[in-house]
Amino acid sequence: MKFSIYRYNPEKDSKPYMQDYEVVLQSTDRMLLDAILRIKALDDSLSLRKSCREGVCGSDGMNINGRNGLACITPLAGLTEPVVLRPLPGLPVIRDLIVDMSQFFKQYQSVKPYLVTHSPAPQKERHQSPQDREELDGLYECILCACCSTACPSFWWNPDKFLGPAALLQAYRFIADTRDESTRERLDDLEDPYRLFRCHTIMSCAEVCPKGLNPTAAIGKIKAEMVKRMV
Amino acid sequence: MVKRIVVGAHYGLRDWLVQRITALIMALYTLLAVLVVLIKHPQGASAWRGLLQVPVVRIATFVFVLSLCWHAWVGIRDILMDYVKPVGWRLFGEVAVILVLLSEVLWAAEILWG
Amino acid sequence: MAVTRQVFDAVIVGGGGSGLRAALQLSEAGHSVAVFSKVFPTRSHTVAAQGGVGASLGNMQEDHWLWHMYDTIKGSDYLGDQDAIEFMCRKAPELVYELEHFGMPFDRNPDGTIYQRPFGGHTQNFGQNPVHRACAAADRTGHALLHTLYQRNIRSQCQFFVEWMALDLIRDRDGVVVGIVALEMETGQVVLFQAKVVVLATGGAGRIYQSSTNAYINTGDGLGMAARAGIPLEDMEFWQFHPTGVAGAGILITEAVRGEGGILLNALGERFMERYAPNMKDLASRDVVSRAMDQEIKEGRGVGPDKDHVLLKLDHLGEDVIHKRLPGIREIAIKFASVDPVREPIPVVPTCHYQMGGIPTNYYGQVVVPRGQQHAEPVPGLYAIGECACVSVHGANRLGTNSLLDLLVFGKSAGDHISAWLKTHPEQRDLPRQAETLSLARLRSLESDEPGESVTQLGAEMRRVVQHHAGVFRTEALLSEGVDKIRVLAQRANQLRIVDRSQVFNTARVEALELQNLMIVAEATLVSALARQESRGAHARDDYPERDDREWLKHSLWYREESRMAYKPVNLQPLTVESFEPKVRVY
Repeated sequence: MKFSIYRYNPEKDSKPYMQDYEVVLQSTDRMLLDAILRIKALDDSLSLRKSCREGVCGSDGMNINGRNGLACITPLAGLTEPVVLRPLPGLPVIRDLIVDMSQFFKQYQSVKPYLVTHSPAPQKERHQSPQDREELDGLYECILCACCSTACPSFWWNPDKFLGPAALLQAYRFIADTRDESTRERLDDLEDPYRLFRCHTIMSCAEVCPKGLNPTAAIGKIKAEMVKRMV
Repeated sequence: MVKRIVVGAHYGLRDWLVQRITALIMALYTLLAVLVVLIKHPQGASAWRGLLQVPVVRIATFVFVLSLCWHAWVGIRDILMDYVKPVGWRLFGEVAVILVLLSEVLWAAEILWG
Repeated sequence: MAVTRQVFDAVIVGGGGSGLRAALQLSEAGHSVAVFSKVFPTRSHTVAAQGGVGASLGNMQEDHWLWHMYDTIKGSDYLGDQDAIEFMCRKAPELVYELEHFGMPFDRNPDGTIYQRPFGGHTQNFGQNPVHRACAAADRTGHALLHTLYQRNIRSQCQFFVEWMALDLIRDRDGVVVGIVALEMETGQVVLFQAKVVVLATGGAGRIYQSSTNAYINTGDGLGMAARAGIPLEDMEFWQFHPTGVAGAGILITEAVRGEGGILLNALGERFMERYAPNMKDLASRDVVSRAMDQEIKEGRGVGPDKDHVLLKLDHLGEDVIHKRLPGIREIAIKFASVDPVREPIPVVPTCHYQMGGIPTNYYGQVVVPRGQQHAEPVPGLYAIGECACVSVHGANRLGTNSLLDLLVFGKSAGDHISAWLKTHPEQRDLPRQAETLSLARLRSLESDEPGESVTQLGAEMRRVVQHHAGVFRTEALLSEGVDKIRVLAQRANQLRIVDRSQVFNTARVEALELQNLMIVAEATLVSALARQESRGAHARDDYPERDDREWLKHSLWYREESRMAYKPVNLQPLTVESFEPKVRVY
């Protein structure tokens, strides 16, 4: 199978280049990650992040034939050759397929992604109805792979000011949680021209999310909450 | 904890709503305008002028122009914020856009009432 | 190479569940803590846990911590230490409630309480019938737990060193652990971290097996560090084979599938677990189910063209239950087995899943070693928690849901113990001179110009040997041949070479260092397994099919030096209740 992979080693290369590889696959190689590891066995200088190899840890996000996705759950069968692999777009490249995600995590951390409560905790669990819990479905499952935010043009232009779909999804995850007691502060914090409102409903995020989540819908719900409390 | 970058006043929601409401107004006006034209079939400049002298039409048209300019202002300012990073140039751009849009509003007023 | 130094109260190696739980306890108490992780914390392997965390909340049925304790001891095949098991099972509800207060999105019952599901080996009233004990967030409990803990650590402003790999422990002349040597992957620089306490929370080493549910990062780095520092590894012959890994791919299918009512079928369409465990059936403990599956396959009742797997049927649960309670499983089955479990069964085989053994500790998380007449003396300055530790609460076989519980309970317990200790010990001990020498030598040797071994090739050979010689069923002949082979491989691992010599994010270098750690674990496994001449829990010997409490009711200790074995007694004395005497184990 033929591959064309983005290579950049800051110690050696003055600028990035695409390197072609051809590799013989085994019958057990099912996913793109398997093939990349075959290549890495031949050329150990090819660098990428990987861990769970089942799509739950979010390490191996990359741009695959022009579309962001996780290598470990992208079947080889559906890929057209040569498979063009690039790092996630819009973030600084550290080396090869490894990008610097600090900006992405900073935005995530800035939405206070943890439960804020003022009332004293009960002896046992805080109660929550199954219906209220269902509100969190499609939100809490995010694996922070950054496929969405790095597919978002608004995030490309303003990665420091616009939170990006991943962080906004988590912002809404806590707004939607009936146990959280700081919805007002959370909404206040999103009320400026950039953090939330740079979303122009382009919907690339929902289109590429490897977990099938829909950040655009969550962003819409945040806006609805804001309008609701205004009227 | 990461400090949030202060990026401006709390006008995100207002502008977002403004764009949606003005868009609605413009869509409504366009629909009505098409209907009126289809029904009235105005022929020639005087017929058009007569149509525009009906007070309701005059006011509706002016509201439309106002909406258009306000809508455009929010949109163009967004673009300037995204693409023009030097503050001086951005300010210049914004002032220029405001002047152009204001003059268009005045011009429309002059056409409608002049 | 100039090596810089940083100073902290406590250094935690590993950003998974146990590391984060301990970090939270320490950072909320106001200590300066550094957490090292090879990956961004939410990418740690805790994220892949699916089914639930065990706690006798009794939300759906009557339950009691004592029953949980009994199940855990029985599950451990009586090799678990009963003081630690009592400690864990009593603490369980508190830890789960705490997690809920942190914001964990548990599934709910109609009355608003946490939803619990049945799980293998968990029973009511000392083995009578299955009980709903596994507190679950769909089939993504580990993901929800790990993210919740990380998020709580953001709140407590804990300091993380992300994408750093710990290389070695630093012990001073008195044997006190005074810090670690660590490598920053992004720059390739080596830094010394001086600390009053080092906590190893590096997870398991399931990657010694060819077929494993474990992530690529599960390479036993903490075990390697401990063993290189002269600390023995306990009960390394006990590796849990999870009954339901996707055939061929090794991806985990949670026991919750059977908890929700899924069943295992052989080629004849027979629910064979009825024969092996008449009472608990498909919900017998994992070692029992895995052996039964292996037996079925060996006797020719396997499914598929090679008759090499069995089937996990769950379509009878209905689309609603699958969609609501097992959505992740459906996703995995479709992607990795090309079957939609709503309609078809999933092909599964027993797959290496969990390391019951590890670095010996007590229930405060202190690393303990034999010294003189004492068999469990704390190593000053060193703690271990989570899968890399052997407390031992899992003994010879872990019950499902007890791993998440283990990392919560002992993560917090270690945090509390360290915090109390730090308050009375304000002084830092000096680092020995040239503390980095050994680590730097190891790094240099990888780049030597002399011919050596390829990481990929040697790693593949090791995984093949362990898989073949230390699988579900073991024999003297198989194991001793395995020991010979692994010793040769371990020698060759000293001559690993990498082609890539660059500093920035050199993953080839990281993988070589990981393989050296794996090799230590693999050797410990085979040597310990060969020595134990009985069948207990996950260690099944064809040539010694019975459990032998007279000779072998004891923990193995493997020392890297001379690869020698020692033993220490099992603690059969709980903290407050009567001891559970070893009995024949039937499910």
